[in-house]
Amino acid sequence: MSAPTAPSGRAAEGGAARARADRRSGPASARPSAAARAAARVGGGAVRVFLVLTALFWLTPTVGLLLSSLRAPGDIAASGWWRVLTAPAQLTGENYARLLENEAVTRSLLSTAMITVPSTVLLVVVGALAGYAFAWMDFPGRDALFLVVVGLLVVPVQVALLPVSELFGVVGLFETTLGVVLFHVAFGLPFAVFLLRNFFAQIPRELLEAARLDGAGEVRLFTRVVLPLGGPAIASLAIFQFLWVWNDMLVALVFADPGGAPITVVLQQQVRQFGNNVDVLAPGAFVSMLVPLAVFFAFQRQFVSGVMAGAVK
Amino acid sequence: MAAAAKGGAARSSPPAGGRRAGTRRAVAGLFLLPALVLLGALVLYPIGYSVHRSFFDRSGAFAGVGNYVVIFTDDTVLTAVRNNAVWVVLAPTAATALGLVFAVLTERVRWATAFKLVVFMPMAVSMLAAGIIFRLVYEQDPERGVANAVAVGVHDVFHEAGGFPRARPLPEHPLRDGGEGAFVTREPVAAGAAVLLPLVGVAPADLPSGARPARVPRAPEEGVGGTAWLDFTRGGGGAPNVVDPGERGLEGLVVQAVRDGSVVAETRAAADGSFTLPPAAEGAVLRLPAENFREPYNGVSWLGPALVTPAIIGSYVWMWAGFAMVLIAAGLAGVPRELMEAARVDGASEWQVFRRITVPLLAPVLAVVLVTLTINVLKIFDLVFVIAPGSSQDDANVLALQLYRSSFGTDADPGLGSAIAVLLLVLVLPVMVANIRRIRREASR
Repeated sequence: MSAPTAPSGRAAEGGAARARADRRSGPASARPSAAARAAARVGGGAVRVFLVLTALFWLTPTVGLLLSSLRAPGDIAASGWWRVLTAPAQLTGENYARLLENEAVTRSLLSTAMITVPSTVLLVVVGALAGYAFAWMDFPGRDALFLVVVGLLVVPVQVALLPVSELFGVVGLFETTLGVVLFHVAFGLPFAVFLLRNFFAQIPRELLEAARLDGAGEVRLFTRVVLPLGGPAIASLAIFQFLWVWNDMLVALVFADPGGAPITVVLQQQVRQFGNNVDVLAPGAFVSMLVPLAVFFAFQRQFVSGVMAGAVK
Repeated sequence: MAAAAKGGAARSSPPAGGRRAGTRRAVAGLFLLPALVLLGALVLYPIGYSVHRSFFDRSGAFAGVGNYVVIFTDDTVLTAVRNNAVWVVLAPTAATALGLVFAVLTERVRWATAFKLVVFMPMAVSMLAAGIIFRLVYEQDPERGVANAVAVGVHDVFHEAGGFPRARPLPEHPLRDGGEGAFVTREPVAAGAAVLLPLVGVAPADLPSGARPARVPRAPEEGVGGTAWLDFTRGGGGAPNVVDPGERGLEGLVVQAVRDGSVVAETRAAADGSFTLPPAAEGAVLRLPAENFREPYNGVSWLGPALVTPAIIGSYVWMWAGFAMVLIAAGLAGVPRELMEAARVDGASEWQVFRRITVPLLAPVLAVVLVTLTINVLKIFDLVFVIAPGSSQDDANVLALQLYRSSFGTDADPGLGSAIAVLLLVLVLPVMVANIRRIRREASR
């Protein structure tokens, strides 16, 4: 995920810095003066200190959540989570134990999975079919249609909340898991089609022609050649959509059946009473973060390329 | 995206036979059908519906542009418009600026990957979780919320907390109200005097832990002396304005000698309440300044009406600075090194290189990041919904939140909700057009 700063690049930069130091210290000295070296070291040191402090600053809120989730309700009410740093005996897993006995929470975690996995699979399938058609099939109005899809990239989901809830009401999809899934797929599609079409279009034509000569039909071509070759793009798309849907609250808030609400909605209902329920909210939030964080750390590269591809979404 | 559309080159050759073309079209239709049905029913149709619905009022009667007028006249909705403007101005710029700084500074650090992971990680987390995280950060009680714990800590370094809020003299006493919360002696103090400064209104438990039984004041050899103590005997029995056994000194109370409006001497009472002022205080009035009685600093009201929006923007920047950083770092990797090195060799300072070379070269990436974040911020919902407490949700209101309330709340107004939806759509329209143009250009190349 990091910018690939090759070691050679760093060495070259070091060389440049040395050259600059030479200039300052005059042509006589072939090596940088002690003062210049010291200044560079102090400068670099300041950068390092700044970055370490920033990283700590960035971590603090999450660490606060984690430590809060590991303290008894009484301790949470009495003092801030940082007290645990000097009193590690306060750490306890009882909030988590209680949370996992809380049926509403365990059910909502299951609901989250039941919404997220189908949304991801369906988006990949539908998006890949359309992406392949846009990349390699001929039909009238293809380019115009593709531009419409590109235009839909930036449509905010909010635009569809009210109309779709009425539409779902008519066709009986309101407050159903299927409704939530279809909505997520629909709003994931512009990005999916855009990403996959562009990726599929780079498949060498000869490969497809050869398969066609071997008598492969479009379906065969799609499943045997295009899908396997599209692996990297499909992985990016799947991870992106997975995280997007797993983390969604708004769509589920509107369309999900209260009994099948995902963890985000269930926790959101708790937030309204924020204050004396940190022992539920903190571990709940942390549990809801575990899967996205695991996916994030496991598939960093695909996630980043998905983020970059979706930059204008 | 690296896989830039190469549509022009990547087209399959035109079909030969008419029948085969028909079959191919049918197959293409089948491949496209699911996507087109979903996009049509759940994205395109709602746009048309919203535009249409926005011209009708709550009960469905034609209202013309009435709903749009409401957006810009109704106080609640106008707050949302204004807050959205603040969001759009502050959040993307702050996140991009930080991302730029981080991307440039991590370029030459060996553990850059670890740093980037830390800053980028919040992106993987739901806005709900981030909201809960920051509800904890922004808790008002400095004993619980880390932001206020820091604020109070910093504040107390510069302004020592007054030790005795709500302390006051007895009804019958040698002091009078000095204005602005201070107390002064009725008469100037003479040389060698032993002044009694009795106060009540401090809970014995709130006295400094070192406070000892007050000492009956003795006249000093020179200057002015006296005792400041809590004139209260637990269980009763003490006489007013007399140092009774068991009554304790007001350790740390600030005592000033004031002559003609200016402070000529100042001291603090010792653990037993006794204090001594130098000869300069002779003939001056003694004053107990207001700082003794100030309420302790309780931190910033982060989620109060005034700061709630900037506070939530802070949480957004926490989430999205990593996104900006990663994109900018990728852009930075593609910037030709030679230019920067040449400038450095020519004696340009690091700041000049950054300002004159790095930033201009990164301009396209910065633009993409800013536009992406702006679109993202326009429809911000979850963070506001979760972080703003009920009491300040109106002050933190944004368009997407108002849309949600208007569409589904108890006093729903679908006409207004639809008008806000259309407004959001209009606001992203320029980006939509730009995207379409870009793809067209790339396709025709």
